[in-house]
Amino acid sequence: MSGHHNPSGRHHDHDHGHHQLSFLRKYVFSVDHKVIGVQYAVTALVFLFFGFSLMMLMRWQLAYPGKSLPLLGGLFPPDGVMKPEMYNSLGAMHGTIMIFLGVVPLLVGGFGNYVLPLQIGAPDMSFPKLNMMSYWAYFVGGVVMLSSFFVPGGAANSGWTSYAPLSVIAGKGQTVWLLGMVFLITSSLLGSVNFITTIVQLRAKGLTMFRLPFFVWAQFVTAFLLLLAFPPLEAAAVLQLMDRLAGTSFYMPEGLVVSGVPQAYTGGGNPLLYQHLFWFLAHPEVYVLILPGMGIVAEVIANNTRKPLWGYRAMVYSSIFLGFMSFIVWAHHMFITGMGTKISAFFAATTMIISIPSVIILTAMIISLYRGSIRFNVPMLFALAFLPMFAIGGLTGLPLGLPASDIQLHDTYYVIGHFHYVVAPGTIFAIFAGIYFWYPKVTGKRLNEALGKIHFWLSLIFMNVVFMPMFFQGLAGVSRRLYDQTVYAHGEAVQTLTRMSSWGAWMLGVAQLPFILNFVMSLVASRKTAENPWQATTLEWAAPTPPPHGNFLVPPVVHRGPYEYSVPGMKRDFFPQHLVVEG
Amino acid sequence: MIGAALWAGTAVAPRAALAQAAAPKMEGVKIDGEYGPFLPTDVSRDGHRIDGLIDLLHYFMIALFVGWGIFFVYCLAKFRQRPGRKADYEMVKAKPSKYAEIVVAIFEAVLLLGFSIPIWASVKTPDPDPNPVKVRVIAEQFAWNFHYPGKDGKFGKTAPKFINTATNPAGVDPSDPVGNDDVVSGELHLPVNKSAMCEITSKDVIHSFFIPVMRVKQDAVPGMRIPVWFHPVKTGTYEVACAQLCGNNHYSMRALLFLQTESDYNAWLEKKSAPAETFDEG
Amino acid sequence: MSAGTLPYKVEPHPVTGVYSGKLGTWLFLASEVMLFGGLLSAYVFLRVGAPEAGPAAWPTHEQTELSWKIGGINTLVLILSSVTMVMAWVALKMNDVAKGKMYLAVTAALAMTFIVVKLALEYHPKFKHHHVPSTNNFFALYFTLTGLHALHVLGGVVVILYFLLPGAGLWKTNPTYYTNRIECTGLYWHFVDLVWIFLFPILYLMN
Ligand code: HEA
Ligand code: HEA
Ligand code: CUA
Ligand SMILES: [Cu+2]
Repeated sequence: MSGHHNPSGRHHDHDHGHHQLSFLRKYVFSVDHKVIGVQYAVTALVFLFFGFSLMMLMRWQLAYPGKSLPLLGGLFPPDGVMKPEMYNSLGAMHGTIMIFLGVVPLLVGGFGNYVLPLQIGAPDMSFPKLNMMSYWAYFVGGVVMLSSFFVPGGAANSGWTSYAPLSVIAGKGQTVWLLGMVFLITSSLLGSVNFITTIVQLRAKGLTMFRLPFFVWAQFVTAFLLLLAFPPLEAAAVLQLMDRLAGTSFYMPEGLVVSGVPQAYTGGGNPLLYQHLFWFLAHPEVYVLILPGMGIVAEVIANNTRKPLWGYRAMVYSSIFLGFMSFIVWAHHMFITGMGTKISAFFAATTMIISIPSVIILTAMIISLYRGSIRFNVPMLFALAFLPMFAIGGLTGLPLGLPASDIQLHDTYYVIGHFHYVVAPGTIFAIFAGIYFWYPKVTGKRLNEALGKIHFWLSLIFMNVVFMPMFFQGLAGVSRRLYDQTVYAHGEAVQTLTRMSSWGAWMLGVAQLPFILNFVMSLVASRKTAENPWQATTLEWAAPTPPPHGNFLVPPVVHRGPYEYSVPGMKRDFFPQHLVVEG
Repeated sequence: MIGAALWAGTAVAPRAALAQAAAPKMEGVKIDGEYGPFLPTDVSRDGHRIDGLIDLLHYFMIALFVGWGIFFVYCLAKFRQRPGRKADYEMVKAKPSKYAEIVVAIFEAVLLLGFSIPIWASVKTPDPDPNPVKVRVIAEQFAWNFHYPGKDGKFGKTAPKFINTATNPAGVDPSDPVGNDDVVSGELHLPVNKSAMCEITSKDVIHSFFIPVMRVKQDAVPGMRIPVWFHPVKTGTYEVACAQLCGNNHYSMRALLFLQTESDYNAWLEKKSAPAETFDEG
Repeated sequence: MSAGTLPYKVEPHPVTGVYSGKLGTWLFLASEVMLFGGLLSAYVFLRVGAPEAGPAAWPTHEQTELSWKIGGINTLVLILSSVTMVMAWVALKMNDVAKGKMYLAVTAALAMTFIVVKLALEYHPKFKHHHVPSTNNFFALYFTLTGLHALHVLGGVVVILYFLLPGAGLWKTNPTYYTNRIECTGLYWHFVDLVWIFLFPILYLMN
């Protein structure tokens, strides 16, 4: 098609065109963005479930401190009681796994890889081989992370934030953690280069930037965040490795005395340097956790209200603004490190400003419901639930963003509550919405609605049972990362809330069974769905289901915006982007 | 980097065992004050300003959420898909949304400029109190050390080489007369109705000096000495917590805070500053 | 399309005016800027906060024992290699593959010269005088920054060698594509050069 002289497509095109691919090349080392997307998604789902399981174990120690674990007691020899060091390892790994091995790979690697090229009418990603490499870098990174459980001293136990000096004097697991991160960072960088290039270069004819589905825009901004925010973390990790392995003092001040033993470091370093480098990544990272989720929700809402998104452009501009701003708010995680009035005022101001675009995006989505014709199918239920849940998480960010109120709330369960509302009933729900919505595209089968509704209602209830109590724990003054809060009077006082939260978590685990069942059973289910089961307008539904290698039979041409639903004077209530006339 | 010199390379007897033993459970001591699912008792003069801000914020958040939620539920109920009804393609001219966003923005500005910044500024500028109680707070895995200047109000010279974590964790110079009455304790004793001027530092990793009932929190960063002050107003026994993950026993890094009348406090100091037993684990 | 090749893999995009590989390279370099930017800001942060006296104090130029002469020579070597890299690309543009490969080889050779000088004349004596990363934060930064840069140089050498030997076949099947890839390698190479041009004054002259 692309008219350049090229005698045999062999040398650089063996990623396309060959139909007799070996099983290995087809399913394991495939360069097809769809196969890679599925690999990413399934791996990430398994990690999500694993990360969740770690937390279900921790919740036992929190609910019944010092009691030996029923059934699974064997995990913690000799007496089945979880030790503090184990608790800290599980906590650090839960955070790491959920963010870097679960949610981001699922949102970007999974949904991004599979859906994005289809939505822009491209045959594949710009760099298919690079795409395969980023998956494998991710996979290796994951394996390295998990292997750290088996090194002497156990997995990293300095929190997912790995603050120095604690992380520098920590056991071997921390080194493994850092190596794992290097792989994951590499993977993200390769991925983001690929995504941006693909969106810029491979959009179908007629698909102008403002005809892109909001999901693509969200991925576009996200890719830039990953591209520019991860390198400083890589720098932070390299310096920490040096401190650990070469005995440098980047993060080590003079004359540290650890439990009576003076440390050999020359000193002259500064522990806060690490925090600055870390949060320069980690704040943009949190928007990486939410933007693609908002993208999915926007797609599902437009499709199930049967009307165009309200304020589409405002949403696009907001997410771009969000992207820029997210690079200058990082120190709102560091108010309590002894920050002066001026600097804290600056970061508090940027933090307040950055909340406005989120408000705009959410407002736009809710107004999109107005005068719609709302279909309450499972993807829509999850998308709708996302809105108030994210709102709670977002609003509780404000007291944390004001230094004065952060004095009391910093490093308490209030923070845990805040961000779990945005990532768990927020992002995780967006992920579920996406899975229910695109499953038919990927498999040609449809997930069972009844099981889906059970999954939804139970998840919605128990998510809140888990996380709502945390705000009250936090106000009461209970610190996070606390192996046993009953040590403190204010902890003892809210122990019942903690127990409630734990039971919520276990029930939430049970609530996932219908989903897992549904996910697996539907594969083997006989009934095949229609080509375009949701009667959607965007390009991914213009490709055959499941799409062949190369995606489209003929390169699609786009004639209109992404959400032309209920166009007046038309027979059907949707007008796909690629059709010239209503067909 | 001032604090750094304080600890510079000293060989001392390991005190791991001692530190690990720091107050794991509530060990019978009765803690005063009400604790529950909301902010704990406030026994400081200025804490109410922070509480006020937190309350105000939550009213604002609830108002937004409820208003927003009503509209949300209304839409879901009113615009369910029904046979014969089509969604309308035309965009509503939603002025209200603009207003909502502007209101949110203005309110945030007010909260920041009118409340947060002034409070923070006052927290950061030392209290005019002419002679506050001075205490050096020295964190270590997993215990708090409180270094008092004694009744002469002056800290004795401290030097790393004098540090013995078992008997002299602050490294007070025995040959310095000024230091003879210095007190180093594992308990924090303070008189009420007097400002307390604390200098927070750490020997090893980052800890966080947190007194829930005082609305005070400050990270203890090794290599730094960070001042923080507060003004207790009610006698009783309370808790000092560590709010920053600092290792395995982070959870048990708890110290007792005794808020006493001026006379009781002085009596305690008197007793402590008697030589021989200048250090006490509490 | 199902069996077609990707658009704009070789020929530039009518609107953006670049082929995908070039855009990708620029994006990659943007992230590299953030990486070295992060490390340089660490340099500033630590130097400003360094104690006035004591073992951790910032060393004087004499104490660092860094010779601006050796550093200067290496700087020239790298600049020269950038030039030969451009020549290689120009030659390929003019369909003179022999010349192109010759210049590529020269570039790789110069790069290796840089590495050898660094190891033999700089790292080795430093270690002999017990100037190691843990000595103080200046050396910590010196070894980290130059070490990371050296790895980038080696990476470049590997890529160049790839296009000289196993990858050379691409020239026969698709010369434009081959030339493009050399162009991207060049972009990367100039960046590595540029990083050194920042590091040299900061480490060798500014003490
Ligand atoms: C997806 C992830 C995500 C998102 C989106 C956010 C969003 C925000 N976060 Fe959060 N945050 C985290 C993930 C996230 N955060 C994590 C993981 C941590 C902890 C890290 C750690 O320490 O381990 C954290 C910690 C954290 C802190 C540090 C707390 C501390 O340690 O003391 C702060 C402080 O400023 C903060 C602030 C904010 C703010 C102001 C927003 C704002 O962007 C929120 C904006 C949204 C709204 C304001 C609500 C939306 C709008 C409505 C409700 C509609 C309103 C109604 C109408 C318009 C009618 N966050
Ligand atoms: C994306 C990020 C993310 C997500 C989604 C979650 C999800 C959850 N988190 Fe976590 N959490 C963190 C990031 C996240 N967390 C971080 C960063 C920390 C701080 C760590 C630190 O202190 O350093 C933390 C800390 C943290 C704590 C505090 C620990 C402490 O401070 O001591 C707690 C306590 O309850 C907790 C609980 C939970 C629970 C119950 C969930 C649940 O909502 C989980 C729900 C998950 C699912 C519902 C998905 C299940 C998967 C499937 C169903 C897939 C099935 C598979 C197939 C079909 C193949 N988390
Ligand atoms: Cu000290 Cu936590
Ligand atoms: Cu943040």
